[in-house]
Amino acid sequence: MALLKLQINNRSYETDVEEDTPLLWVLRDNLGLVGTKFGCGIAQCGACTVHLDGEAVRSCTLPVSAVGKGKVTTIEGLSEKGDHPVQKAWDEIDVAQCGYCQAGQIMTAAAFLKKNPKPTDAQIVETMSGNLCRCGTYHRIREAVKSAASKTK
Amino acid sequence: MQNLEQTSRRNFLKIASAAGGGLFLGFNWANAAAVPVIVNPESLAAGAVNFNSFLTIGTDNIITIFSPNPEIGQGIKTAFPMIVAEELDADWTLVKTVQANLDSSKYERQVTGGSGAVPHSWERLRKAGATARYLLVEAASKRWNVPVSEITTEKGKIFHKSSGKSLAYGALAEEASKLTVPKEVKLKDEKSFTLIGQSVRNVDNKNIITGKPLFGLDFYREGMLFALIQRPKAFGLKLKSVDAEAAKKMPGIVNVVTFENSVAVVGKSTWQVKKARELLKIEYEKEFDLESSTDHNRIFKQLLDGGEATVRRKNGDVDAAFKNAAKVITAEYQCPFLPHSPLEPMNFFAHVREDGVELVGPTQTPDRARGEAAKITGFPPEKITVEITRQGGGFGRRLAADFAIEATHVSKLMKAPVKVIWTREDDMTGGTYRPAVRYRFEAALDKSGQMIGYKLRGVGMNAGNPTREDNFPSGAVDNLLIDSVDHKSPITTGPWRAPITNFLAYAEQSFLDEVAEAAGKDPVQFRLELLEKAKKAPVGEIKYDIDRMIAVIKLAAEKSNWGKKKGVHQGFSVYFSHRSYVAQVGEVIVEKGKPVLKNMIAAVDCGIVINKSGSLQQVRGGVVDGIGHAMYGNLTFKDGVPDQSNFNGFRLIRMNEIPEVDVHFVDNGISPTGLGEPALPPAGAAAANAFYRATKKRLRNQPFIEEEAFKNIS
Ligand code: FES
Ligand code: FES
Repeated sequence: MALLKLQINNRSYETDVEEDTPLLWVLRDNLGLVGTKFGCGIAQCGACTVHLDGEAVRSCTLPVSAVGKGKVTTIEGLSEKGDHPVQKAWDEIDVAQCGYCQAGQIMTAAAFLKKNPKPTDAQIVETMSGNLCRCGTYHRIREAVKSAASKTK
Repeated sequence: MQNLEQTSRRNFLKIASAAGGGLFLGFNWANAAAVPVIVNPESLAAGAVNFNSFLTIGTDNIITIFSPNPEIGQGIKTAFPMIVAEELDADWTLVKTVQANLDSSKYERQVTGGSGAVPHSWERLRKAGATARYLLVEAASKRWNVPVSEITTEKGKIFHKSSGKSLAYGALAEEASKLTVPKEVKLKDEKSFTLIGQSVRNVDNKNIITGKPLFGLDFYREGMLFALIQRPKAFGLKLKSVDAEAAKKMPGIVNVVTFENSVAVVGKSTWQVKKARELLKIEYEKEFDLESSTDHNRIFKQLLDGGEATVRRKNGDVDAAFKNAAKVITAEYQCPFLPHSPLEPMNFFAHVREDGVELVGPTQTPDRARGEAAKITGFPPEKITVEITRQGGGFGRRLAADFAIEATHVSKLMKAPVKVIWTREDDMTGGTYRPAVRYRFEAALDKSGQMIGYKLRGVGMNAGNPTREDNFPSGAVDNLLIDSVDHKSPITTGPWRAPITNFLAYAEQSFLDEVAEAAGKDPVQFRLELLEKAKKAPVGEIKYDIDRMIAVIKLAAEKSNWGKKKGVHQGFSVYFSHRSYVAQVGEVIVEKGKPVLKNMIAAVDCGIVINKSGSLQQVRGGVVDGIGHAMYGNLTFKDGVPDQSNFNGFRLIRMNEIPEVDVHFVDNGISPTGLGEPALPPAGAAAANAFYRATKKRLRNQPFIEEEAFKNIS
């Protein structure tokens, strides 16, 4: 066990965990940040996507000890009022069915659009194909990323 | 008269006090003929009310509607209140939906499955809304002293046009609650609907996009322990001995407990129990044969050729028809087992206390979970509460209660609140799969290309009856025989989205394409001719609506410009399942020598469409699901152990692999039927028939990617 300091959503957290614990389970079991989801545990589905220093990463395979001083953003911290352009697009286009994959989809899309604010359709599909949606909401995910892109300056 | 159960009373009182008075209308889920009742503290205290769901209109104008059905992504939590709000002329922005807890004496159909929730509830919900509106109008008429006939309602307000008076519903709620409920209320003319048929966003959107705790896996309780369970790795094994010494020594581990064939590692966090579980040393012994997929293929062949079949439907003289046939077409189709793979793996919380049991989690059958917990703990059902969380998909998997049984056992043994969590590997290898099935079809054509004989034998692995003997083309063929044989396998199976029809439709609609070709007929024309024949001279009982089926066929043909597109290879499919009718056209284009599925066009008759946005999602999702599993879904076995255990080995469809899906609804004003399943069954065959047009190769087995003919197809 080790006492670790983590920077998450612009707040400091301290927690006592084994160093090999994936960030996902620290967020969920230790810190009560359950917006980040568990889907596969082997970096295949993207449900656990968070930002580490602005990069989309899969928290299910990221040992918490590797986070170091890095700044973590989870779905809870993506925006203060849930009004990030990507979140707004997700609501307006009514993307979710069961909703379970959507936090990961949104985090993937938000990191992507930050780097590439004017993506082509092919780039959107390429990036978002890393995230699974078992309900098959892919058409609207694609539409929502496009819509968010058109609204981000 | 029933008394209120604890949970509803609590819910009710909470809302009642928050609303600060108003109208509380109870209505009866179990009895469509029951008259809604006004609920107030006096009637509650007297126990003299008989209701099981309710809507409330607060003095603050907020309308709260309890939705009793589990939400698994099928959109019930949005659609149900829309129906009430329509009849009530409510302002949708002021309507709140609350998921009701299990209350089985009250909700007769608190199950998600079979696309049955909407058809069941349609009348009752409308009546509840209409009754509330009636009372508000009465109250206004009294207050203003004007006749009811001069009063109109719109968007949560009441108007008396000639005097210019108007009031919000909340202002009349108290007065309405003093009136007498009418025995009969008039429902709206369906043509005048203003909310039903519109696009309404998912009522949980805000919570979903901000990551609020909604799902079973998000449920945490102070002092709760975490459990991962080691189940036998192979189907057919049973537990012999457990050495848990090493596991128990791991940090955070509280205990290791055993029940039935399961070993539960219980501790302080998910990761700790996961690591400790790997250190268990367990010995198993063989209870049943450990089957491999190669065994299944052999067994299928035996059963098709010589199995003792149960006759499901028989019309005319099949032997004579085949003897007299000018042409006989035979083909076999097979599908593998499939896991459900909802993105939220199975999980459940249980707290077995001294005075009762608390269950919390994602289940499609809360009543079953409660019944099982009662058996394990000996508590009567009324001492067991079930809180239903939102569910990260179900697809039929959460109709089982294994996870609730496990949680109850572990909590009972640990005397502590426990959440059982399944990893993805547990979920994929843990059973209750869509059964593997093989079909043999035979069709007899006469000289003119008429189908005079039809035979279908279905053989399955724990599939029960793998046919739907009364479905099309039954009723349209003079001589017909449908039978089936089941193999009892230790591999567990259960309903999987659109049970049986998820593959039967594929096989049947692909085979009919083969028959149409052999008869030298256009596939659409061929089906229409059969249906016309069934209409003119029905053979035996017909359990589908011929006209509704014809209508979706024609709509799909029209919208896809059937047979008239240059360079586009089209495939057709139509199916009736779960009370709805869906026809689909798949369109394949050859790009750089490679056939690619570009478009799917779906014509859907599910009666009145309640929520346009949600319905579109259900159809598109169903098509994507049908195509995805037809192309890639494959669970194979070696000595009773699944070869695939996670999404690296088991392939789910991704965004870069989906076709466009163009959806058209039939507008016929018929009472709504469900939509969670019916779009899935016909999807695969529309795609496969289109691939055939492009490649001249039939895809008779799923998944396509394992088929030689598909090797160079994306
Ligand atoms: S849970 Fe991390 S990628 Fe699936
Ligand atoms: S919305 Fe259910 S998994 Fe994506």
